[in-house]
Amino acid sequence: MLVWSRPGRIVLWVMFALIFGVLFLAPLAVILLSSLADQWNGVLPNGLTTEHYADVIRGAAWNSVKASLITGFLASALALVSGAWAALSLRLQGPALKRLLGLLFFIPSAVPSVSVGLGLLVAFSHPPLLLNGTIAIVMIAHFVLISAFTFGNVSAGLARLSPDFDQVASSLGARPAYRLWHVTLPLLAPYLVAAFGLSFALSMGELGATVMVYPPGWVTLPVSIFSLTDRGDIFAGAALTMILVAATLVLLLGLERITKRATGA
Amino acid sequence: MSEAVALRAPAVRREPGKFWIVPPAALLALLFFYPLALIARQAFLDDSGVANAAEIFRVLHSRFFLNALINTVTISVAATAGCLIVGLVLALILAFVPFPGSGFIARLIDTFIALPTFLVTLAFTFLYGSAGMLNTGLMEAFSLPLPPVDFLYSTWGVVLAEVTVYTPFILRPLLAAFSLVDRGQIEAASVLGARPFRIVRQVILPAAIPALVAGGSLCLLLTVNEFGIVLFIGAKGVITLPLLIYGKAIQESAYQVACIIAVVNIALSLGLFGLYRFAAGRLGV
Repeated sequence: MLVWSRPGRIVLWVMFALIFGVLFLAPLAVILLSSLADQWNGVLPNGLTTEHYADVIRGAAWNSVKASLITGFLASALALVSGAWAALSLRLQGPALKRLLGLLFFIPSAVPSVSVGLGLLVAFSHPPLLLNGTIAIVMIAHFVLISAFTFGNVSAGLARLSPDFDQVASSLGARPAYRLWHVTLPLLAPYLVAAFGLSFALSMGELGATVMVYPPGWVTLPVSIFSLTDRGDIFAGAALTMILVAATLVLLLGLERITKRATGA
Repeated sequence: MSEAVALRAPAVRREPGKFWIVPPAALLALLFFYPLALIARQAFLDDSGVANAAEIFRVLHSRFFLNALINTVTISVAATAGCLIVGLVLALILAFVPFPGSGFIARLIDTFIALPTFLVTLAFTFLYGSAGMLNTGLMEAFSLPLPPVDFLYSTWGVVLAEVTVYTPFILRPLLAAFSLVDRGQIEAASVLGARPFRIVRQVILPAAIPALVAGGSLCLLLTVNEFGIVLFIGAKGVITLPLLIYGKAIQESAYQVACIIAVVNIALSLGLFGLYRFAAGRLGV
């Protein structure tokens, strides 16, 4: 306790409530409210309706929910395999190579996503690898952007694992593949689930690279929200944003429960 | 017997393992570094493979590029400063003047990291836009003919949105650093008559410096690369480097110009990434 006087504490709490309310609570509340607003001409909406949600689900927006979920799932799964693979095999390298490769695997997270999209357009717009205009290029863009985060999460998890288990298994005669499958990966499971959740959330909200490369039939949620609001249909945009937020949060909470059960916490 | 196994195990581990790194590294090289190299190639060479200094010079001296560069730097420096101040104030209260439910609030702010950045901009249009709640409220209350609040479609609208989105990136390491501060030291200083402000300055801040430096450089990196917020604000005057790359490549199909700007943007980002890694590594965050 830093401030002992009650009035002093109350002043600080009011200040906290103001900052928190204006910066964090008001935006979320207002998106929820606007997604339900019938008409909004005054300070508050004139009435509430679920029509924007119905419109959004009836219309092409449902396809964006599907596109986002499929892209997020596949890109995260691929990033999980490749990130875990990279983190595990990096342990077998010498210190200098380990440092260099560790840094290289992190770099995609530092490059602006628009530039990642531009690079994919420049590289894959002609044979032998003609991917421009396909769904695959969207998946690749998401994979590249989230791979650094899965790699980082899994490496951090690995660093926290005690090498004793592996060494004991090894001294008992377990072969490397057996040790990996029955010792290291189960111990790593909570970090793998967390990495997958973070990747999925990042992929659901990705806009910069997607807007550069998406083909007409594969419009993800953020791109769809942008085109709705750009056309002035901001209520439908708000409804779709709520769907995006809800899908992301449900997924993260679900994964958190799985992790808790897996670790027995 | 057990000795023999123990002796053999390291040898087995060292030899075939080296090449397992090849598949993920090759994937990264093909999907990330190869496209990156092609951006650089397209920026520096023309179609016949000759260096085209004239075009690079023209782009780097053009008004649209310089404006975007100035906007990008102004916005990211201002937003990072805002994040540092807001993050520090919130973290100090959460850690040292806790209230019922403060743990839950800290986690709630944390979940903002998982939400898409443009969400905040969309909300700000409803709050501070020309037909938003604040303007309508003020116009009704004071019977004003025109909306009085008009910062949203300017640089400051972008800065405020970025402060909201990126403050959690400062708050998280700060709270971790504050949890290590010895409470006894604070109480001792307090008993000896030090005012809260002095305790913050002399006891708490020194412990927070690593988290502030690492969080601040991460914020600089993320705000330099921010795209969604600027795109959603859609203000004509507020063009940053990522937005300019998008405009040149997709709307004007001027790929070479886009690549030249992308090289500058990537260089700026990698510089800040280096700063972040250096700070984080040096300070052990």
